[in-house]
Amino acid sequence: MQRYSGFGLAKHALSHHENWERQWRNPTPKKQYDVIIVGGGGHGLATAYYLAKEHGIKNVAVLEKGWLGGGNTARNTTIVRSNYLWDEAAALYEHAMKLWEGLSQDLNYNVMFSQRGVMNLGHTLQDMRDIQRRVNANRLNGIDSEVLTPEQIQEIVPIMDCSKNARYPIMGASWQPRAGVARHDAVAWGYARAADALGVDLLQNTEVTGFKIRDGRIYGVHTNRGDIEAKTVGCVAAGNSGVLAKMAGFRLPLESHPLQALVSEPLKPILDTVVMSNHVHGYISQSDKGDLVIGAGIDGYNGYGQRGSYPTVEHTLQAIVEMFPIFSRVRMNRQWGGIVDTCPDACPILSATPVKGLFFNCGWGTGGFKATPGSGHVFAWTLAKNQAHPLAAPFSIDRFHTGALVDEHGAAGVAH
Amino acid sequence: MFHIYCPYCEELREEEEFHPKGEAHIVRPKDPEACTDEEWGDYLFFRDNPRGIHHELWVHAVGCRKFFNVTRNTVTYEILETYKIGERPTVTAEHLAGGDKQGNVQVASGGQQTVGASGAAVASVKGERA
Ligand SMILES: Cc1cc2nc3c(=O)[nH]c(=O)nc-3n(C[C@H](O)[C@H](O)[C@H](O)COP(=O)(O)OP(=O)(O)OC[C@H]3O[C@@H](n4cnc5c(N)ncnc54)[C@H](O)[C@@H]3O)c2cc1C
Ligand SMILES: [Zn+2]
Repeated sequence: MQRYSGFGLAKHALSHHENWERQWRNPTPKKQYDVIIVGGGGHGLATAYYLAKEHGIKNVAVLEKGWLGGGNTARNTTIVRSNYLWDEAAALYEHAMKLWEGLSQDLNYNVMFSQRGVMNLGHTLQDMRDIQRRVNANRLNGIDSEVLTPEQIQEIVPIMDCSKNARYPIMGASWQPRAGVARHDAVAWGYARAADALGVDLLQNTEVTGFKIRDGRIYGVHTNRGDIEAKTVGCVAAGNSGVLAKMAGFRLPLESHPLQALVSEPLKPILDTVVMSNHVHGYISQSDKGDLVIGAGIDGYNGYGQRGSYPTVEHTLQAIVEMFPIFSRVRMNRQWGGIVDTCPDACPILSATPVKGLFFNCGWGTGGFKATPGSGHVFAWTLAKNQAHPLAAPFSIDRFHTGALVDEHGAAGVAH
Repeated sequence: MFHIYCPYCEELREEEEFHPKGEAHIVRPKDPEACTDEEWGDYLFFRDNPRGIHHELWVHAVGCRKFFNVTRNTVTYEILETYKIGERPTVTAEHLAGGDKQGNVQVASGGQQTVGASGAAVASVKGERA
């Protein structure tokens, strides 16, 4: 792998940047691998990378039906934070946060991780009680978290309507200074390039169409490019996880919903943090290109069409304009949807399954981008040792039968 | 924007009057105390979540406030039929796979309109609310 550096940039300038190496190979599938990862989104690519890097398992293939990062990974609004309520979730997301903090160096790839702070607004007394409870829980877990007054909020975001005359006046917020945003496709590409350099085969346009199972044990997959064998298979397919589970003969506690986002025309820098509101249901940040990145709630019905409904767009923009009257005449440029796999307790599933050797990493729903490094890291450990990583153990699929749910609706809500 | 035919109001109304409520025809166990953890967890949490034909519960939230069922394609979003609580769907994945599209349902063009299922094709199922 050609390392990226300032020196390299200068050197390549001499040849008009025409000789950069391709970021990864385009290999022909082998007949057999030690581990197959199904799904080439951020989580799948991170899993492959950590398998090779931390566990020395390099005979690995990532099977992606489309292109790398073309699923939710490059459709999300890129909010990264770790201020979850319950110990189990906080530990997992904070593990990810610590990896984010060194990720660009580790991958030798600029993922543009920007710790510009994330604010979750409260508009009612109950919102404020929940915020206080969550902030206290975060601090007990060693996660940076503060409660802000409306005056402090106004200081950080002068353009927001913090007056008492707002329809849903802002009463306060939780604030995580270490939280922020990252460039989503760079995350997929960075992991892809680093995994490829360690010998992982990234197979695009390769769709898994079935599993090869004998005596309750997996030994390979069927794909549109022929059968490929492996004794360990990890499915990291987000919205399509239920479809894969059905192929393997079981169900998951998931529903797939469209979730959409919009970006505006580019503006000069005006918003240097991330503002989210569960109550009025909208959230916003500004990208380095200058466009406002706006997220919505899910469409309530099950759906696999990667687009969102019009009423949801309207509802979201109402909320944004209510908070930021200054944006009322900004034009929206693009709108799209991704398919999120929502779980009843708003927490992920990182788990063995009824089929031996087959593992699932899914259920991240509306908020898994922030977890990408941590998810890949603990899932790789789980696949390598055939045993749940201690941080993954509480997120086993068993919890839906034992009742030990990790109810993060308060912290996850709309919040992504 | 969906135009959904409420089988109680007998009218096509706009999507915003309705709320989707998830998979239909999930039978509440008659005696929850007698369920194993497995059965109870399956009932509460596990869903088919198919790509394609899906039978689902909707409520006409700001209309008649009644619950009813919808058969919808989760990829094209086409609504294939709507029918009352206690009735069975006439459009199913099995019968579409068999190429049998007759039933008593007209499939509206444009993927956004619906017609109610005719009562003739419908059998009510005992002990089932939805
Ligand atoms: C609009 C929107 C906004 C969001 N905002 C945020 C946010 O601000 N912060 C946050 O933390 N999270 C957010 N999320 C959630 C986040 O995007 C996801 O949780 C996360 O990206 C999931 O990553 P993944 O790698 O598991 O899934 P994906 O990136 O979806 O990857 C799964 C891959 O599996 C492939 N696949 C599926 N079936 C098969 C098959 N049969 N064979 C081969 N490949 C297959 C797909 O093509 C896909 O590329 C948002 C999501 C959306 C849609
Ligand atoms: Zn009605």
